[in-house]
Amino acid sequence: MSDPLEVDNVIEARGLLKLYGSARAVDAIDLSIRKGEIFGLLGPNGAGKTTTILMMLGLTETSGGSIEVLGFNPVRQPLEVKRRVGYLPDAVGFYDNLTARENLVYIARLLDIPRRQTTARIMEALEAVQLADVADKRVATYSRGMRQRLGIAEIVMKKAEVAILDEPTSGLDPHATFELLEMIRGLKKANVAVLLSSHLLDRVQSVCDRVALFNKGKIALMGTVVELANQVLGAGHPILVEASGIDVPAVLKGIEGVQRVVPEGGAWRIVADRDVRAVAAQRIVAAGGSLTRLAELQPSLEEVYTRYFEEARRAA
Amino acid sequence: MQRNQGRREGSPFTGLGPVFVKELSDHLSSTRMMVLTLFVIVFGALPVGFTLQTLRQVTQSDQFLFLRIFTVEPEQAPISFYAALTFMIPLMAIGLGFDAVNSEFNRRTLSRVLSQPIYRDALLLGKFLGGLATLAVALTALFLIVFGAGLLLLGLPPRGPEVARGLAFLVVAIAYGGVWLAVAMLFSVIFRSTATSALCALGLWLFFFILWPMIAQAITTGFAPSQFRSVDEVLSLEAFGQALQRLSPGTLFGEAVIGLLQPETKAFGQFANLVMQQTRGMIQGTPLPFDQSLLLIWPQITGLIAGMIVVFSIAYIVFQREEVRA
Ligand SMILES: Nc1ncnc2c1ncn2[C@@H]1O[C@H](COP(=O)(O)OP(=O)(O)OP(=O)(O)O)[C@@H](O)[C@H]1O
Ligand SMILES: [Mg+2]
Repeated sequence: MSDPLEVDNVIEARGLLKLYGSARAVDAIDLSIRKGEIFGLLGPNGAGKTTTILMMLGLTETSGGSIEVLGFNPVRQPLEVKRRVGYLPDAVGFYDNLTARENLVYIARLLDIPRRQTTARIMEALEAVQLADVADKRVATYSRGMRQRLGIAEIVMKKAEVAILDEPTSGLDPHATFELLEMIRGLKKANVAVLLSSHLLDRVQSVCDRVALFNKGKIALMGTVVELANQVLGAGHPILVEASGIDVPAVLKGIEGVQRVVPEGGAWRIVADRDVRAVAAQRIVAAGGSLTRLAELQPSLEEVYTRYFEEARRAA
Repeated sequence: MQRNQGRREGSPFTGLGPVFVKELSDHLSSTRMMVLTLFVIVFGALPVGFTLQTLRQVTQSDQFLFLRIFTVEPEQAPISFYAALTFMIPLMAIGLGFDAVNSEFNRRTLSRVLSQPIYRDALLLGKFLGGLATLAVALTALFLIVFGAGLLLLGLPPRGPEVARGLAFLVVAIAYGGVWLAVAMLFSVIFRSTATSALCALGLWLFFFILWPMIAQAITTGFAPSQFRSVDEVLSLEAFGQALQRLSPGTLFGEAVIGLLQPETKAFGQFANLVMQQTRGMIQGTPLPFDQSLLLIWPQITGLIAGMIVVFSIAYIVFQREEVRA
């Protein structure tokens, strides 16, 4: 590996394959996750996200290809991998009859954390996820959001170098989601590489540095959100125009550089190859219309996702 | 494409200690354990109480009076202490092991635990040893109670050989429990539903206690010739029947216990005993020394331990292959 970039990869998969019978749950994917980044795995149900994650942790065997996590092979050196990687499973469970602290003590024992440090590290972790005041309540009394946070606390206590979170925000209300994403950002600040899978696209968009779009076991697209948008929605500047009193689409289509005009909830979405906001405003006003709104649209992951799968379905 | 089939690294016992400690403390503090203890005391104390009453009326001197507490069938109830144990130990073991793995699965704690630096080997073995230790604690407590009651009510202390035989009995009882614990854990690995796994384990228990003796008897009768031509034929048929019966752990336990607690036992099976008396001139009543008794029941003990290991290994193999998604 002479490429200096690759040295910084914490997870490196090449041609990773998982077969269930003849079904290809994960179909020869290449994936690399860099140090200190937040990486999102996206895709519809059954796309192979969880399977990929399980292979990274050595919890299921690979059927082919290679995978390295922090330079270790999860199949042959699972203990080394699992010592350094924190995992928050989909719908995480705890021992309900024990308190949060007792649950973490058990994990600390499994991790062989020195006994003298255990108490301090557990309290530190619980404080980081704002559970310190309920540390001695039984987990049975915890809400879904609190359980997810306790899962994050476990990763903090572990001092993991990589955190793998499977659907960390599923089942959480908007406020709890916001809080959890803050904690994920906190992990990144502590120099932990984060790999997360999710369905909440707009939320993912706000925290992820890069994303991979899974489809039927393959990675369909990978890159930053802007890169994906350019790839799927076409390069260009989407803007939103709301105006009345004139034939708006006709006026807008007359502008040089405009590729598409699509009605969207009483307004029009324009995709142009350059920023046409100023011209559009001029034309509408000149034509005697009243312009009520003119906004540049951020490319949204949701849109990329929807469009991509629409096209994939149409192609099929 | 090349499969990643290299040897895995790191000790398979990493993390065994914490799992063992957690299981043990979970068991000992659980309501289930209290119910089981209550159960054991009721079913164990009753025969012992009656037996002690019966024994107090015995006036003739008996070298092994103390051991009779465990084996004599009291007048009031047709069940001796060891026979009650033959029934109860499997129930206790099943109670401790039937949800060992699948409950973790259902609580969705399994993948979180397995994502810590621990092999499945250590998790399963830790759970098994934790259950076995719990069983050992419960049985030891029961034995101490029985010994104490014997001491008080019979008014005489057990002699050295009696204590040795009693301790050996305790060890055999724990091994017997281990077999059923392994069986219960095997079902807890196979079935996701704890109810199904409990039902299957109890079903197997009933099968071995009620159906298997009848089936073995029927098979043996089927093999019997219309007319026996020699003593050897009788003996070999009896041996065949015994071999069938010994597939049930309860039989192995029963024979081992009889060998230990009735020192005059020199062979198992009616005919074998008769033949031995006649051919070797052994007298029914003379007891064997402790080491000779141990030698006699050695096959039963190894059978129990081998059964435990085999069943545990099957559970282990099934568990290794299972994919943990929750
Ligand atoms: N044990 C199994 N046996 C056979 N097929 C399986 C098994 N586990 C998963 N699959 C298949 O593998 C594919 C990938 O599943 P996976 O759980 O990785 O999807 P996912 O992307 O995590 O989906 P979701 O968003 O619903 O969690 C699915 O088509 C699923 O049916
Ligand atoms: Mg999934």
